[in-house]
This record gives sequence, C-alpha cells and structure tokens, in this order.
Amino acid sequence: METPSLDRSLHASRQPLLISLCLLILTLLVWQLATVRPAFQAQGLTAEQLQTLEFNGDIVRNSAGQYAYNPDKTRGIPGPWAVVRKTVEEFSQAFHKHGTNDHGIGHLIRYTVTRFAAGFLSASVVAVCLGVLIGLSRTLYQALNPFIQLLKPISPLAWMPLLLYTVQNPTLTAVCVVFLASLWPTVANTAFGVSNIRKDYLQVASLLQLSWWQRLLRVVLPAAAPAIIAGLRISFGSALVAVVPAEMLLGELGVGYLTWIEWNNLHIAGILFAILVVGAVGVTLDAGFNRLARLVTYTE
Amino acid sequence: MAFLSIERVSKYFPSQEGATGRAGRQETFCVFRDVDLRIEKGEFVTLIGHSGCGKSTLLNIVAGFEQASSGGVILDGKEVTSPGLDRMVVFQSFALMPWLSAAENVRLAVRAAHPTWASGQVGTEAQKYLDMMGLKGAEQKKPAFLSGGMRQRVGLARAFAVQPKVLLLDEPFAQIDALTRGVIQEELVRMWSETQHTVFMVTHDVDEAILLSDRIALMTNGPEARLTESFAVDIPRPRTRETMIDTDTYTRLRNHILHFLMRGSHVFSGMQ
Repeated sequence: METPSLDRSLHASRQPLLISLCLLILTLLVWQLATVRPAFQAQGLTAEQLQTLEFNGDIVRNSAGQYAYNPDKTRGIPGPWAVVRKTVEEFSQAFHKHGTNDHGIGHLIRYTVTRFAAGFLSASVVAVCLGVLIGLSRTLYQALNPFIQLLKPISPLAWMPLLLYTVQNPTLTAVCVVFLASLWPTVANTAFGVSNIRKDYLQVASLLQLSWWQRLLRVVLPAAAPAIIAGLRISFGSALVAVVPAEMLLGELGVGYLTWIEWNNLHIAGILFAILVVGAVGVTLDAGFNRLARLVTYTE
Repeated sequence: MAFLSIERVSKYFPSQEGATGRAGRQETFCVFRDVDLRIEKGEFVTLIGHSGCGKSTLLNIVAGFEQASSGGVILDGKEVTSPGLDRMVVFQSFALMPWLSAAENVRLAVRAAHPTWASGQVGTEAQKYLDMMGLKGAEQKKPAFLSGGMRQRVGLARAFAVQPKVLLLDEPFAQIDALTRGVIQEELVRMWSETQHTVFMVTHDVDEAILLSDRIALMTNGPEARLTESFAVDIPRPRTRETMIDTDTYTRLRNHILHFLMRGSHVFSGMQ
C-alpha cells in the first residue's frame, strides 16, 4: 500500500516468468491433445481383420477380452508423457555401459562435453593468438585477409572427409571439426578488437614506455577483451551446432549421435529426449561461458 | 636555453586534393607554421586558440605522438622524438584504462616509472598521489563509476605520480561540468605550487588560462596558424577564481584574449 511503485515493479518482474510458464503448459497441452489416440473401435471389423491386427501387434487384448491399441507400438509422434517416461528411464541408468554402443546418458553427455571443450578451447587459443597478430599488423592483416575470407564460409563439416583421410581417427576428426567451427569468428573479432583499440590507451602505453609484452598484456588484451569475448561467443554457438552432426556422421558416441541411434531404433520418444538433452547441454555450457565472460568485460 | 623549447615547428598534412592530384606532386595542407615557444623550468604556460587551429597537434608533437614536419622540440637539452616518461599527458578524454580501478591506473604509471620497486612501495607512492587529488575512498572504483571530475582527478594523479619533467594538459577540463571544473582547477593550482612542475597546457577556455598560467600564448586560426604573441599573467599567486575576477589585470587580459579570438584569424593572419 505504501510502496505501490515497488509493488508494481515486483509484479512486472514476475510477468515474463508467468508468460513463459503459460507458454510451456500450453505447448504441453497442445502436444498432448495432438498426439492422443482415440480408443480402439472394434465395431465394423471382422474377426479375421482383428486377428491380423493382433498378430501384427497393432492391438492387444486385455484380461476382460476387450481390444485396445498396443501402447508399446510406435505410431505417429508420442505424447509428452512418453518422453517423460523415457527421460526417467534414461536417467535411472545414466552410467550403465553395455557393449560398445549402449552407453548411459551420463557417459554420452561426458563424451560430447569433452569433445566440445577440446575443440573449442584449442581453437580459442589459436584464434586469439592469430587474431592479435593480425590486429597488430596492418600488413599481416592485408596479407592474410584473402585466406580468412575464403576459409571462413566453408562449413566445418565440409572438411570432414579430408580430415578423416589425413587424421585417420574419427575421435580426433570430431574434435577437429569443432576446432574449425570455432576458429574464424574469434580470429575475425580479435583482429577487429585489437586494431580498433582507442588511440589514447595506446598513447598512455607509449608515454609509460611499456615494453611490447607489457603493452600486450596490460593494455591491448584487456582493451580488446570485450571484442574477443564477442568472437568467442559466436564461435561457441557455431561449435555447439557443429558437434551434433559431427557425431552423427562419424558415429562417435555422444548426445548428438544419440538422436541418430534412436532414429535407427525408430524410437521417436528417444529422439525427442535426445533433442532435449542437446538443448540442455547447450544451455548449461552457455551459462558457464557467460559467467567467465563477465569476469573480463568492462564498462567504458 | 629554455627548459622546454619549441623551435620553428611546422606541421603539414597531405591535403584531400593531394591524394588525387597530378602524379609526382604531393599537395600539402599546412596546419601551423614556424611556431616558437620557450618554457622555463617550473613555468605554467597555456596556449589558447580556436578549435581546429592545430594546438592539440602541437601538444602531440611535444608529447612525441606526432612528428613535426620541420623544426623541433628540445626538452632539457635533448630533442624530443618519441613519447617518454619525462612528458606525461593529461587527456581531454581522460584515457583511463576502464578495466582497472582508479588505484590500479595510478599504480600502472608508478610501476612503469620505477620498474625496480617492490609492489608495496608502488602502492604507497600511488596512494600518496591519489590522496593529494582528493580520491580517498574512490580508489577501488572503476572509471565508469566515477564522475567526469573524479576521472580527471585520477588522470592528474597518474600524471603527477610519474614526476615528469613536463606536464602536458590537453584541454583537460573540457569534458567536466562548469562547477566541478572550477574546483579541480583550484586543486591543480595547489598541486602545481607544491610540486613546481613545468606545465604546457592547451585550451580554449579563457578563464581557465588566466587562473592557471604564468604566461599565455595565442594562436591564430588555421590553416597556416601562427603563434603571434605571448604575455605574462601578472596576477599575484595564490589565485582563486573569486579573488581573481575582481582584479583589473584579469579584466584587461580577458578582454584582450577575447578580442583576439573574435578577430584573430583576420587581423593576425595578415601580419605574416
């Protein structure tokens, strides 16, 4: 009562969450309604037809002798409940290992995150170094720019056959694909950031007679940090996009390959589950990245 | 020989037409020509001119950021060719590293000036200058969270902390609101009288120049600007804005400079 404006702002801050929640419920409801199957109607079918359907496993007879659709046989898109059941089932045995292809979801997430981290981190180191060199030297920038422009638009997946032929190891090839996917945005942004540092920062560095290294570590890199982070963020996204098809094509176990395994099993609920896991892994990695990014950015 | 000597310095830039002109002949644009200015040790000299007359370019040449097309600058018997710790600039844009706190900005400069010092000694020295500029309590703040006035206090602390032979002030208070500007100007006067630095300032603020300077030099409008006269500000120190504005000398100097600035380009460029 005394603080109506505060009240209203609190209310307003809760609004987006409320809308998100409503959208989620609406989506689930529509999904459920769109995928629910009407009860099996035995009327008008001959005994012979029923026998065929039962033989094919389309319908089952319950204890009372009534026919109903077989819940275990996939037809159309499964409802949200089936996906929830699949999720619970997968996470209840997250770390099991049967043979070479049937690994629990916990392992699959670990494989993907490791593969992603190896490719992304190594590419980031290479890209920042290359970007700084190009950004510092106008000559080098002009000399290397045609190559970068040519290489940049090539899909990282296009390199895969060549990589398989040269590296001769699918595990390493997958890492290389992630590497290539995350290289160019960081190179371009770092070079841009380094070559566009405010002139007066560099003037201060030269007044203070900083050595080349001090100048790089104390002025150039911190000043270019926001641009470098922006580049890494784009790289991060494109690496995340590349890791899924890389796993699928190479048959490397991981959450990306899981969607393909479930497709081969014609297990649609499994595909939906795998897609959601890919999304969840992406969101988690992104949140970690944002926390890191906040440490090095500054406000002018 | 004077402590800081600017001798027949001219600056030319390639002109717009020069880029597309006839082959082999580079057309040039003269910013200023044959500028002579001598500054004694401990003297506070201000150069006044319109925006665009090249006064900041002249300051950049003294700082070593730019090269003179002809002539040269001699500081304490040595020619100036590149930037160095003996000349610290206080920038109009403050030029503080936004990722460093106020204290870290000053420490960066102290560490550069005294590479052999331990970090404790660097910190003490930096703190001394932060305190001098009235920055107690704001040391840990990033520049983005300081007002314009506070930022320039950090800029001044950084410049003084290096103990340069010459302080170069490039319109240091142009981006600070009028009320704060007065306060910081008086702090600068106090700081300057304590440390007895040699100062070369560039500005277009007439009151600022009279309040701070021992001597004022006037520059005509560009292109081909000339430094046409320089005169002493014989108002006794210590000066404050309040006592200064009532003196006859202040009124006389102020009117003289304003007349110059209003007619400067026509009357004085005819003298060449």
